Formats: sequence, C-alpha cells, structure tokens
Amino acid sequence: MTGIMGYLRQDGRKGIRNTVVVAYLVECANFVATKIVAGFPDDDVQLIGFPGCFPNEYAQAMMEKICTHPNVGAALFISLGCESFDKVRATKAVADSGRPVKTMVIQKSGGTRSTVDMGRDWVRGALAEVAGTKRVPMAVSELIIGTICGGSDGTSGISGNPAAGKAFDLLVAEGAACIFEETGELIGCEEIMAERAATPELADELRASVAKAARYYDTLGYGSFAAGNATGGLSTIEEKSLGAYVKSGDSKISGLIKPGDVPPSGGLYLMDVVPDGEVRFGFPNISDNAEIVEMIASGAHLTLFVTGRGSVVGSAISPVIKICANPDTYRNLSDDMDVNAGAIIEGTASLMEVGQEIHDLVIAVAAGQQTKSEALGHREFILTYKTFDPIGPACLPRSAA
Amino acid sequence: MTTPFLLLSDEDNVLVAMRHVKAGSSIDIEGITVSLALDIPLAHKIARRDIAEGETVRKYGMPIGVATAAIAQGEHVHVHNIRSAYTPTYALQDADGRDSAVNAKVGAA
Repeated sequence: MTGIMGYLRQDGRKGIRNTVVVAYLVECANFVATKIVAGFPDDDVQLIGFPGCFPNEYAQAMMEKICTHPNVGAALFISLGCESFDKVRATKAVADSGRPVKTMVIQKSGGTRSTVDMGRDWVRGALAEVAGTKRVPMAVSELIIGTICGGSDGTSGISGNPAAGKAFDLLVAEGAACIFEETGELIGCEEIMAERAATPELADELRASVAKAARYYDTLGYGSFAAGNATGGLSTIEEKSLGAYVKSGDSKISGLIKPGDVPPSGGLYLMDVVPDGEVRFGFPNISDNAEIVEMIASGAHLTLFVTGRGSVVGSAISPVIKICANPDTYRNLSDDMDVNAGAIIEGTASLMEVGQEIHDLVIAVAAGQQTKSEALGHREFILTYKTFDPIGPACLPRSAA
Repeated sequence: MTTPFLLLSDEDNVLVAMRHVKAGSSIDIEGITVSLALDIPLAHKIARRDIAEGETVRKYGMPIGVATAAIAQGEHVHVHNIRSAYTPTYALQDADGRDSAVNAKVGAA
C-alpha cells in the first residue's frame, strides 16, 4: 500500500491535488484573475493564464489539457472579451470532462470590480463542490512523473541528475510513467540515447528530435545554456547535455511524446519540446517553468527539479520536488530544497541512497505531503506560442501494437 | 595524497573538482605532482594530461568540446580554452570586466 488516495475524475484518471484554477485568456484579463485568486489565500485556488491576443492551436490545446488535468477540480476562465483565444471551445472541453466551469467576460460583466466579485462568488461555490470529490486508492503505476533540471552547474550531472535517474528507474520498475525532456539539452547524447529505444524506428525518431533541436537552436544563435551554467563550471552545451541526460536513468525508452500527449502506459518517455516547422515565436521554452507546464499538460502529477546553482521555483497544478546537486547551494538555500543530493559530492550519501530518498518523497507527496516550494506558495506558470505537428506512428510503438 | 579531483571515466582527459581548491595547492594527478596556478571552484575541470589545440575534450567518456588552445596538465579547462562542437557558449562578464565563468582568475590576482 502506498497510502495515496487519489481524487477520482470522470475520465477515470486520478489526481493527487484538488485545485480550482482561475485562468486569464489574455494578459488584459490577468489583473482581474489575479485579484480573484487573492481572495483565497488559504484555499487551493491557483492562477494560470495565456498572455497573447493572437490565436495559437498549441496554447489553446495546452490550456484545455491543463484545465482537465487530474489535479484540477474546477476551472474559471477570465476573458477580456475581444481576444482571439477560443473560450467557447475551452469551456466545452472542461464541461465535457465533468468539471465545474465558468467563463466571465470583463467587457460584459461591468468591469474590474464586479468581475472580481462575481469571480470570487463562483470560486467559493466551486471549492464547496470539489470538496466532495470521491477519493480512491491510487497505485504508483497510476502516477505520471516529469523531470527537468534548471540552474544547472557542474555538480548537476554528478549528483542530482543521476540520483533523479535512479528514482526514475525505481518508479518505472513499479509501472509509473516517467517523462524526461528538453531535446535541446540532449545535444551530443543522441546516439547513446537511441540505443535505449524500444524499437529501431523509435530510435530514428529520438535521433531526429535531437537533430531538430540542434538546428533550431543553431538558427537562434544560442544553445539551451544560461550564463550561470558557465559560472558553475559547465563549458559547452554538450557537457550540460551529458549531465542532464542521466536524469533519464537506465530504463528502456518506451516512446516519444510532444507537449499534451499523455503517456499511454507506464514506462519512460522523451518529450520533444522543440517546435516543428520553420523557426518562429522565439526560443522553444523561455525558462524552466514553460517546460514544467508542458509536462503537466501531458498529465504529470508532480515534477522532479534538479538544480545546482539554486532555482527556487515551484509550479501551478502539480507539486515540484527540488533536488539540490550542489552542497554549497543546499546550505545557502535549504529552505527551498527538498533533497540534498550534494551529500553525494561530499561523500556522505550514495547515489542509490539519494535515489531511494527521492522515490520515497514522490510517494509521500502523492499522498498529500507538501513540497518546500508548495508550502512557500510558489505557483509559477508560463504558456507561450508554439507550433507542433502530431507525433509519428513510430513514436509510441507499444500502444500501436 | 588524496585528491579532491574526480575522474568520471577512464577515457576522460579532464578531472572534476569535488570542492573548491585553492591556487598553490599541490595535487596528485596519477603519480605526478602538479601545483595549481589558479583557484578551481567546485565542479570546474582541470586537464588530466596535456591536451593539444584541436583535441577532443572528454568527460563522462564522451566528447564535450574541442580545445581552442594547448592546455597543460593541471590547468583549468573551461570556456576560455574549449569550444562546443554545436552552439557557442554564452557567458557574462563580471562588473570588473572579467569573464565570470573563469572565476579561477580571481585566485591568481
């Protein structure tokens, strides 16, 4: 028994949290949505949103996937009224999932003050309604777990990332679906990664996804590499990549997904986050939280975040477990860190011990324990413009069989 | 002599500092004693042996870039003397104009 009691949704999926989301559908509605959420400091009411006024199928689909994520119980959309986001389609998607949903249009609701009042009234009702959500036992094999690294340094690839990889191995062996990502940070690892693919055709898809990322970043002129990575001892994107790659552990790679694709079964999946087609809309993911949001759209119940320099972020919707690779950073930022993988650097813990600690914390957080960033109130969220083609038939070989 | 530098793979020509090591420290690299010219911060790299200009730099047994200058055994290996085979590395300058990534220079001042 894991002790996890999931929130049962109408589609059969189970959540580990029971959040009411308030989503602005254009930056012009952000203030009103923020004010509505501010009325509920002690409840699980979270702000998400999309800032753009131009239409984008990716952002539309991501918003719909996130508002029907198993950790979400109800959704309130705040529209200015004239933006291009398709609020009718989004509202229908949430209603069809059986969740309470409401859309408020500021231009039709008397402006800021009255929309805030109406929004808070609706959220109060939604909180009461979702409080009655049925709780059912949830197995580890029903969990989807993502992993990213951010603020990486030279310790990340030696302690934090391999420890996260050990945790992934344990979780995959128990039947969970685990997602690793950022093909731009797998540049240089494409061949060793392709050797782990479930089929030769999937191996080709994995190689192609990294080649696409290399081309995309080359056009932009910058790799997925921040100035602080270099200060922390990383010299090149391929060095950073090799450190990042080990987060994936040693399991066979079961499939390649794109943001919003939910893994069809347990196993290890690579998420291809680099847009398809010509380079447009700028960098694939402008910062770490954009990557976390994409894994949440693919159903991630929680995220393992490995940092060396010291990121303090959490996320809306799904809790973030922060694993600190650097022992000096851990001492400096211990209030923000859930796991001290720096102990591996200092020789006071083994890779396997820290991997087991991460695994056990995943189960505890799924059972309701708050992570450090969650308790501090971190609820970061970023959604921007992208373009994707659907995945090819070779990307999910087992489900196709 | 115990070394604070870690060899990740037998094929590597770099070693990784497992703690901040001060300039002037004598360290043992596979039986040869080398005095460090500069501070080497935690997780930064030094050359395990002499590396020629144009030679592939290996860590984890894998290529991480190409040497842009001859690098002597024990010397700091970083953005000032290796480059990516893919995209250039972006690093910031400190307020005093020094490359913040090569903060080992601070110890030499």
